Amino acid sequence: MTKPVAPDEGLTPARLAAKYGLSVSGARPSLVEYVRQLWGRRHFILAFSQAKLTAQYSQAKLGQLWQVATPLLNALVYFLIFGLILNAGKGMPKDVYIPFLVTGVFVFTFTQSSAMAGVRAISGNLGLVRALHFPRASLPISFALQQLQQLLASMIVMFAVVIGFGSYPKLSWLLVLPTLVLQFLFNTGLALIVARMGAKTPDLAQLMPFIMRTWMYASGVMFSIPIMLEEHPSWISDVLQWNPAAIYMDLMRFALIDGYGSENLPPHVWAVGLAWAVVLAVGGFVYFWKAEERYGRG
Amino acid sequence: MAEQQQGERVPTVIADELHIVYRVNGAKTGKGSATAALSRILKRGSDDAARGVRKVHAVRGVSFTAYRGEAIGLIGSNGSGKSTLLRAIAGLLPAERGRVYTDGQPSLLGVNAALMNDLTGERNVILGGLAMGMTREQIKERYQDIVDFSGINEKGDFITLPMRTYSSGMSARLRFSIAAAKDHDVLMIDEALATGDRKFQTRSEERIRELKKEAGTVFLVSHNNKSIRDTCNRVLWLERGELRMDGPTDEVLKEYEKFTGK
Repeated sequence: MTKPVAPDEGLTPARLAAKYGLSVSGARPSLVEYVRQLWGRRHFILAFSQAKLTAQYSQAKLGQLWQVATPLLNALVYFLIFGLILNAGKGMPKDVYIPFLVTGVFVFTFTQSSAMAGVRAISGNLGLVRALHFPRASLPISFALQQLQQLLASMIVMFAVVIGFGSYPKLSWLLVLPTLVLQFLFNTGLALIVARMGAKTPDLAQLMPFIMRTWMYASGVMFSIPIMLEEHPSWISDVLQWNPAAIYMDLMRFALIDGYGSENLPPHVWAVGLAWAVVLAVGGFVYFWKAEERYGRG
Repeated sequence: MAEQQQGERVPTVIADELHIVYRVNGAKTGKGSATAALSRILKRGSDDAARGVRKVHAVRGVSFTAYRGEAIGLIGSNGSGKSTLLRAIAGLLPAERGRVYTDGQPSLLGVNAALMNDLTGERNVILGGLAMGMTREQIKERYQDIVDFSGINEKGDFITLPMRTYSSGMSARLRFSIAAAKDHDVLMIDEALATGDRKFQTRSEERIRELKKEAGTVFLVSHNNKSIRDTCNRVLWLERGELRMDGPTDEVLKEYEKFTGK
């Protein structure tokens, strides 16, 4: 091998790189380019989410049955404590309260597990981030998608419970679809945001269960917010009702449960649900992309 | 790869005063106790060292230019920053200071991290391929080659069993087969690829030679001076994160062998 030949001699590395069209390795692509790369990885995102889902219960004897059994057992526990002992279902007959509770638990679990998986999406997959090249947003999106598939599988049980308590399939059940789309967008945005925060501060993963539990109790998973907070100033109940988790739970209950009419919903509920979804999804995506080149630092 | 014309050397990788620093939390005292962690938080705002965040300066100001058609060996004792340098070239580890310029996307040969032990070998082939950026069609096309190359199915239908049931040799073979299924522009191979039995080792060395022919520039990290001598025409010698020597294979290896007292 000879020494570099004269014409390139004396060029600074940056000039030499420019001359031959070399780009900075590991630099953050533009937002448009990033979206394009991400779209190119859509098969990986889907395959990764399905693989995680399959791997999750592969050691358990009952296997995938746990996907359904886990939220159902959760709902049962809440029914014992809140339904029977604390009588949190006041203002609602039993055949409304039980589907109300089950729907709430399933829908909230969707957001909760997306956030919990999101916070570890980068910090828990550093091996992958440090070994292969792909848009890092693939990971949180993939985890949110995994939770969506999990919810879809457990929907069958949700439908069974609702029908079992006398709300039969009707046209309003179609509203489940837009509700799921909005909630999925919201969850993905949330997962992207906590993924960036969790990548910088892994301690957040320890804190997350407490934040999520507070959020759950504040969102009226097991009680009706306006009835429970009657004696308090009305702005408290307004704020709680407009929080995204409560909005999506209410939309789902309204779609499925006969005895849960529009009088239980806050005004402009669809607009608020849409706004939360768009703001979180777009904002979360941009926020995550801004740190793209920094993921994987030790 | 077309023969490059004399005098027209096209750079593919340029490293410019590259520094890589790892940060390790709570490694100052070696104790992970709660009080140590608390004092770390209380000292927030002061510099990293006081808070017990230890910095590991793994690569210190390395500069070099790699050209198309070169096979470059990276040598140095354990912990000298060879693997870190490769990852930085691949754009997987952010640089603290300095820059790496590359032609296209360099790739590290290795897919281990994307595979899941609870899934069947079959699904892992697909997942690994997708993770490396292959399309579904490309994977379908090469699926049979990957399985045949790994030799997993020589002793019965193992590819449809979860990977956790494989012996360590078998899973290493499958991992290598998946990783080696893709063609690369700038290819980087980390040491310890020679896994599996004698037969598989010969087969994988052959595949690496093939990959090298297809790739523009190859980086090889190895502690085996013979394999460096066999495959590389230029060697970078790293010691404590600094580039100690850069030159033709024979010259550098002679110095290196003198240094290691061989």
